[in-house]
Amino acid sequence: MRLMSLFLALFAVFAVASAAAPAWAEIEVNVNRGDVQPLPIAIPAFGGPQGADIAGVISANLQRSGLFRPLDPASFVEHDLDPAVQPRFPLWKQINAQALLNGQVVVEDGRLKVAFRLWDVNAEQQLLGLEFTSTPDNWRRIAHKISDAVYERLTGEKGYFDTRVVFVAESGGRGAKVKRLAIMDQDGANPSYLTDGSFIVMTPRFSSTSQEITYMALRPDGSSVYLFNLETGRRESLGQFPGMVFAPRFSPDGSRVAFSVERAGNSDIYVMDLRNRSTVRLTSDPAIDTSPSFSPDGRSITFNSDRSGSPQLYVMGADGSNPHRISFGQGRYTTPVWSPTGEYIAFTKQTGGEFHIGVMKPDGSDERILTSSYLDEGPTWAPNGRVLMFAREGADGRSRLWTVDVTGRILQPVPYPLSGSDPAWSPLLQ
Amino acid sequence: MVSIPDRKTALRIALVAAAAASMAACASHPKPSYPTTPPPSAAPPAGPQTAPPPAPVTQGAVPGSEQDFVINVGDRVYFDFDKFDIRADAQPILDAQAAWLTRYPAVTVRIEGNCDERGTREYNLALGARRANAVRDYLVSHGVSSSRITTISYGKEKPIDPGSGEEADQHNRNAHSAITGGAATR
Repeated sequence: MRLMSLFLALFAVFAVASAAAPAWAEIEVNVNRGDVQPLPIAIPAFGGPQGADIAGVISANLQRSGLFRPLDPASFVEHDLDPAVQPRFPLWKQINAQALLNGQVVVEDGRLKVAFRLWDVNAEQQLLGLEFTSTPDNWRRIAHKISDAVYERLTGEKGYFDTRVVFVAESGGRGAKVKRLAIMDQDGANPSYLTDGSFIVMTPRFSSTSQEITYMALRPDGSSVYLFNLETGRRESLGQFPGMVFAPRFSPDGSRVAFSVERAGNSDIYVMDLRNRSTVRLTSDPAIDTSPSFSPDGRSITFNSDRSGSPQLYVMGADGSNPHRISFGQGRYTTPVWSPTGEYIAFTKQTGGEFHIGVMKPDGSDERILTSSYLDEGPTWAPNGRVLMFAREGADGRSRLWTVDVTGRILQPVPYPLSGSDPAWSPLLQ
Repeated sequence: MVSIPDRKTALRIALVAAAAASMAACASHPKPSYPTTPPPSAAPPAGPQTAPPPAPVTQGAVPGSEQDFVINVGDRVYFDFDKFDIRADAQPILDAQAAWLTRYPAVTVRIEGNCDERGTREYNLALGARRANAVRDYLVSHGVSSSRITTISYGKEKPIDPGSGEEADQHNRNAHSAITGGAATR
């Protein structure tokens, strides 16, 4: 069943020899333990063209998850493995590998065919055997799909590696920043620009299809929220509003967009049905109401309001009913974002002179602070709800993208070398 | 934009202001000063006036021009952290803006609300809108027609002080009155 669903998610392909034996691995990674020991995994270079590159991308993905510890290839004793042949397990046990991933790349009719197998070294058992096919220029995506397959087989949860991030690429110092909408793979590869920097863009967000984004543009004559189709390049405005329109975010099914409209200085939350362009006002309060984010079932919205006198987090029905405050800790809470699993709401918190990324349950319980710095802001969830990406700006005004896992244990910069802010993580690609 | 400019400084600023009014002060000084008190003698009496008014001390700025407004009235007022109420030190500047706008009724302005970076992006957009509207409301209550005023929030996107720390943050919490039309050009 698991193999089947994976298989459907792939672009083309068939499974080779799925494990005939009952698929009970003796190894597993428990993602819920805060003190998890990363699983030692050996990932030798795959055979064939670009085999080393593919193994390298997989290795980096798994390492960055914090749940795996890819072993140094220099320690490997067995070389030139053939995925069709059982590896010599004692040679892998002796370097303390618990899992082994090997693969072979062949080019057939101009297409890249990558077969791989995942082995439980101690149980001397195959855990996974699959084959992915695509065009050669798509080799990184194949590596990400293999990473997701390995992650899912060993953790029991969906991966998040075959995803993209839309963000605001920044150049220039504070006060003179040029901001361009940009998109890249989750590991920082393949960045490209979507706007030219002639006006300020902010807060891009993905729809559930991963093919459409919404963002806010600040032009000299006012602001607009746009829908932008990544496949067709078509861009359209959400429409004309009496004041500033900002803070857009899609509903989970992509049929609605929630956003703020400011009128005479007061910001309230609205939702537009994209099918008929009808707009409903959800809040009517003299306070700031902004940053709406839907629950994954589409029935609730968390948002930011200073109706209590300082910015705090609230939850209401998707029709605006029953707004109630959920944040009660010391400090100022903004940018609530519901996790894709529904389990948490992530936020930015200001206490003293510092900014933090944190999570709490949707009822406000179990608040956990994950980061601290001069300026951490705007978390976005990986599609499996295990990792958050956010922007960290130093006192020098330079903003970089970082990730932290939901336990707060694994904090690291995204391997994208340039400045960026306002990241938004895509769902798993189709 | 500077409190008591000597003649040389004022002229230098006036030249820059023509090209980039909103950045005039900080663009022309490596270490700008950000007055939170009104420029003395810049504010004309607020009583009824018939045009053309007696020229105030313009020091090179043509009466009714953008330079006149920037130098002799003051085009920016400042706010406290996460606040949008008009501070006592902002009132004389806004009184002067209202009087100047009353004297030059063809002039239209855009009030631009700005925030420091010690807040998140969307909240600051909303906060900047509050600041811009607080200034607009003040000017309207002092006799300027609301039809001459538009507002925009830049949130924390357009800091005038590139530094970090409370001094820079204070500079960046402001509302800027930008002339959008109707001013004398020469």
